[in-house]
Amino acid sequence: MGTWIMAGVTFREAARKKILWTALIAGAGFLLVFGIGLHVQVGDFRTSAVPPFLRYQIVSAMLMVGLYTVDLLAVVMTTLTSVDTIAGEITSGTIYAIATKPLARWQILIGKWLGFAGMVAVYVAIMFGGALAEGYWIGGVMAQHPIRGGMLVFLECMIALSVTFLFGTWFSTLTNGVIVLGLLGLAFMGGWLEQMSGFTEGSRLAMVGIISSLIMPSEAIWRRAAFEMESPLAGSIQFSPFADVSVPSSAMIVYAAVYLLLALVIAMVHFRERDL
Amino acid sequence: MRDLSLEVRRGEIFGFLGPNGAGKSTSIKMLLGLARPTSGEAFVLGVPAGDVEVRRKIGFLPEDFRFYEWLTPVELLHLHGRLCGVPSDTLRKCVPALIDLVGLSAHRDKRLENFSKGMLQRIGLAQALIHEPDLIFLDEPTSGLDPMGRRTVRDIIRAQRDRGATVFLNSHLLSEIEITCDQVVFIREGEVVTSRDMRAHQEGEVHVDVRARNLTPECLASLAKWGTPAVLDQERLTIVARSRGDLPDVLRHLVAAGADVYQFTPHRMSLEELFLSVMGEDRGL
Repeated sequence: MGTWIMAGVTFREAARKKILWTALIAGAGFLLVFGIGLHVQVGDFRTSAVPPFLRYQIVSAMLMVGLYTVDLLAVVMTTLTSVDTIAGEITSGTIYAIATKPLARWQILIGKWLGFAGMVAVYVAIMFGGALAEGYWIGGVMAQHPIRGGMLVFLECMIALSVTFLFGTWFSTLTNGVIVLGLLGLAFMGGWLEQMSGFTEGSRLAMVGIISSLIMPSEAIWRRAAFEMESPLAGSIQFSPFADVSVPSSAMIVYAAVYLLLALVIAMVHFRERDL
Repeated sequence: MRDLSLEVRRGEIFGFLGPNGAGKSTSIKMLLGLARPTSGEAFVLGVPAGDVEVRRKIGFLPEDFRFYEWLTPVELLHLHGRLCGVPSDTLRKCVPALIDLVGLSAHRDKRLENFSKGMLQRIGLAQALIHEPDLIFLDEPTSGLDPMGRRTVRDIIRAQRDRGATVFLNSHLLSEIEITCDQVVFIREGEVVTSRDMRAHQEGEVHVDVRARNLTPECLASLAKWGTPAVLDQERLTIVARSRGDLPDVLRHLVAAGADVYQFTPHRMSLEELFLSVMGEDRGL
């Protein structure tokens, strides 16, 4: 019961943060620009001699770029809204009034995690659904497996959330933010190195990318999401950012889920043991 | 903390005193399970400190109460009440009464972000009482309060004792402690220096300032049977008598011994004087 009370108050707390509304406004701006871009492109096709097959590929690629932007916005928003939830409340002393209630520390942490997870789910649903709807209604294209893709993007956000919670039980808000953004940067770079290794067939480069993905699997999950959503033909186009030359396996999804759970468990254990 | 040993009786107001950095807040944190002692053990309401279930019977006001600023006092108390397992029906009845008790009725719909430090302390006190706890830890409850607010808090603390709750009070305001507490403990550098039963303190030892001439050494020595040895400075004499009832005998003894007594002024040692005498001079932090 206490866990759900904490989840509810955390959801409301998260929903009141300016960063969330800023991210939503930025997201709305993005959807507007994305929609205009699609509309203009579709309009241009009417007067051009581009064959229908190629038109479909171009609009599909535009949709993937749009979904990738949503993915980046969601992960960054997840990190920035949750970065001070544990660390900041310890610093400000807000945690004292909660941690002395008849709640185990793990209930506090899990309740907060669930509250943020709910908020992120709403954000991803709005943004992801918005981009997909624009792709369908304006561009006439739809992702191959939108539900799978959306779930994977949500999983990626939950990885970022869990890692933010993990380091939030150890470090101050600022340090936590630097660490998590650094890890996301590492994952981003690793993902692209792995993708590049697919073009060049460089096994050593692939190894660097895989190790980066094992340290922080968020970007690998996006590449799997992209694989699930793009059309098989678009994915087969070489030198495309979304080419399916190096697709993370299902084992990587399992690894990411275990990684997420492990981060949460370590966070719970450390939060239980530490002095407040 | 070092060798800290405390025993608080149920149903009393216990004052926990000490200079800055003495370890008062740290001790409270250990008793509440917010911090773990490296060694030793503590029992709160008969169970090991930090037990989750026993917290249903414990209320706590932190030194500098802070909470989500977007909540109103009503929302805050409902939230804390629910966390303590108080039924919704009970909360609907007791929350307005509690807000009234701490003097925030006129501000019940304002958000905490508009509250002053004193107002936050008041609502913090209310959340500590929302579940009618058996044991209440108050860390500097009057910090930031005006004199009327301090009076209100004092009355609330006494009312809690009267309903049978135990109050563990940590405060720097010695005058507040003096008129509120039943027992006080002085700690310094994590160790208990001394303790006082405040009822005995009120009824006990009396300091008497005497101005007299013709005091003989035999007369001065014989005063020891009523208390600590008297201290003579020229014609000024300070006597510490064990109780107020001894004073007529002391005065009669002085006169019978041939002393000319010009002044005989009894006064009780204030808690602040006691604090300073126990803690000594300010040695800095």
